[in-house]
Amino acid sequence: MGASTTPSDALVARFEGSVAHESHGQSVVYLDRAHLADAVAYLRAEEEFSMLLDVTAVDHLRDVDRIVVDGVTPERFEVVVSLISHPRVLRQRIIVEVPESDPSVPSLTGVFAGAAFPEREVYDLMGIEFTGHPDLTRILMPDDWVGHPLRKDDLPARVPVTFKGDPGPR
Amino acid sequence: MTHIEDTFERLEHQTSEGAQELKAHHEIVVAGGPWPELEGEGQTMIINMGPSHPSTHGVLRIMMELDGETVVRAKPIIGYLHTGMEKTGEELTYVQGGTNVTRMDYLSPLSNELVFATAVEQLLDLEVPERAVWMRMMLAELNRISSHLLFQATNGMDIGAVSMMIFGWREREEVLRVLELITGLRMNHNFIRVGGLAADLPDGWQDAILEVCDIVEAGVADYDTILSENPIWQERLMGVGVLTTQQCLDLSITGPLLRSTGYPWDLRKAQPYLAYDQVEFDVIYTDNGDCYDRYRIRLYEILESVRIVRQCVARMPGGDYRVQDKKVTPPPRARIDESMEALIHHFKLFTEGFRVPAGETYAAIESPRGEIGCYVVSDGTGKPVRMHVRGPSFYNLQAMSPMMENRLVADAVAIISTVDPIMGEVDR
Repeated sequence: MGASTTPSDALVARFEGSVAHESHGQSVVYLDRAHLADAVAYLRAEEEFSMLLDVTAVDHLRDVDRIVVDGVTPERFEVVVSLISHPRVLRQRIIVEVPESDPSVPSLTGVFAGAAFPEREVYDLMGIEFTGHPDLTRILMPDDWVGHPLRKDDLPARVPVTFKGDPGPR
Repeated sequence: MTHIEDTFERLEHQTSEGAQELKAHHEIVVAGGPWPELEGEGQTMIINMGPSHPSTHGVLRIMMELDGETVVRAKPIIGYLHTGMEKTGEELTYVQGGTNVTRMDYLSPLSNELVFATAVEQLLDLEVPERAVWMRMMLAELNRISSHLLFQATNGMDIGAVSMMIFGWREREEVLRVLELITGLRMNHNFIRVGGLAADLPDGWQDAILEVCDIVEAGVADYDTILSENPIWQERLMGVGVLTTQQCLDLSITGPLLRSTGYPWDLRKAQPYLAYDQVEFDVIYTDNGDCYDRYRIRLYEILESVRIVRQCVARMPGGDYRVQDKKVTPPPRARIDESMEALIHHFKLFTEGFRVPAGETYAAIESPRGEIGCYVVSDGTGKPVRMHVRGPSFYNLQAMSPMMENRLVADAVAIISTVDPIMGEVDR
């Protein structure tokens, strides 16, 4: 199965609340976050998607304009997962909306072990929890860092620049 | 009477003062002998390799648990070169963005610029002219040559073939000289811009490139003679750090590491971008998945890139090197002298940049290290909301643990070296 319909159609038919969308010629599916790991497992098992390419996240806090897809409730965060099928030479992107109040999504490490590093990066820089990740620790920032730098309300100038022997502000 | 007491006796006859000093420190005189045994069987030791170790290629730290000389567990620890380039990318306009991304994978800056420009062009629905496409392809391949030459140099150095360090850098410098002739800079070119390139090819570019092609081919033949059949070289690399195709697919590993496991996946062939479907070249792949195969793949990829560069030189189309879209392209320099509007246009473009319609896109190309991707989200202003780069080295580092476990510490050096991670791209 799978060869007759596109993977995004198969996902929409299988998982409730998902919406297929095309962005600049690329196939995108907006998914309910509860189904994320199941959908990726399905793509791997049934649709020959052989590799997870990328896991990243976007913070839409200060967007001036934002694409609106019918049937999708926009939230502050989006987790973006890119997959590729080598046998079918197809790419598929899955986007899940993540609310600010509960920034967590199911981890993909159970499906693709290679999700370990990118999920740690998203957790570190964007503060999104991946439930079920075996080692969800900071990866790029120091372990004792406070905050998540890629969030839009974590401004670059938040850390005061200090010099040794600085007498302090006058 | 032991020889220590014997020594005291002799010293006492010479000077009492010195002998007393020695006597006072009697307990700490080192008499040699075997090191004390570790208590209990199978006791392991945790040791850090890096972040400042000559063979870690930058600031990679590997935490290893050792049982004798055998690595029980290995864990790469990164972040020492994190400079927040993705955050910086959100503060820069699309015109300035190229200067930022070019510094990520500093050994193949043109790949970074290319993938960023491609992503933004997708958002703008821009089609670049044919000459720009071929120029981009030629520059990307020249860059692949220089990157793989540097790998040959540092890999040789790590394994112990120190003369390779000089040979590899020597040939790479010739390639960088050509890149300098074309782009004006040896590295971090910011030459591939949104909508085309920064300038046209200079006079005499064909001769310079063909000359460097000959130099590189002669160099590769030399390395092949020196290394490939060398028994010490083979002993150090063959059967070391073996990866399987399944491990690569699980761990999102791309590039020469994936191809060394007998999996001929190369985006240039599989999902051709630019004009790769119009040039002849082969995808190099081998079956063993060990360090030796990764070395060989990179060596022969240099020759394939030379092949592509020669075809680019022969078939370079005429025409414009950038798209004539007033929205993204500045007016020609001569117009600025005579037209106020052209001056304003130029000024606006370089201070405010151009607006990109709201949307999101993922562009991917084959960099020397694997699939480099760029995910850009725009909100209709002159700066991206999010500019994420999928660095192939970041993902390839995940292969460290399965490759190192149950191998010797000495093999760890060969493994790190043939993964060829660029920490600028890992930490961003």
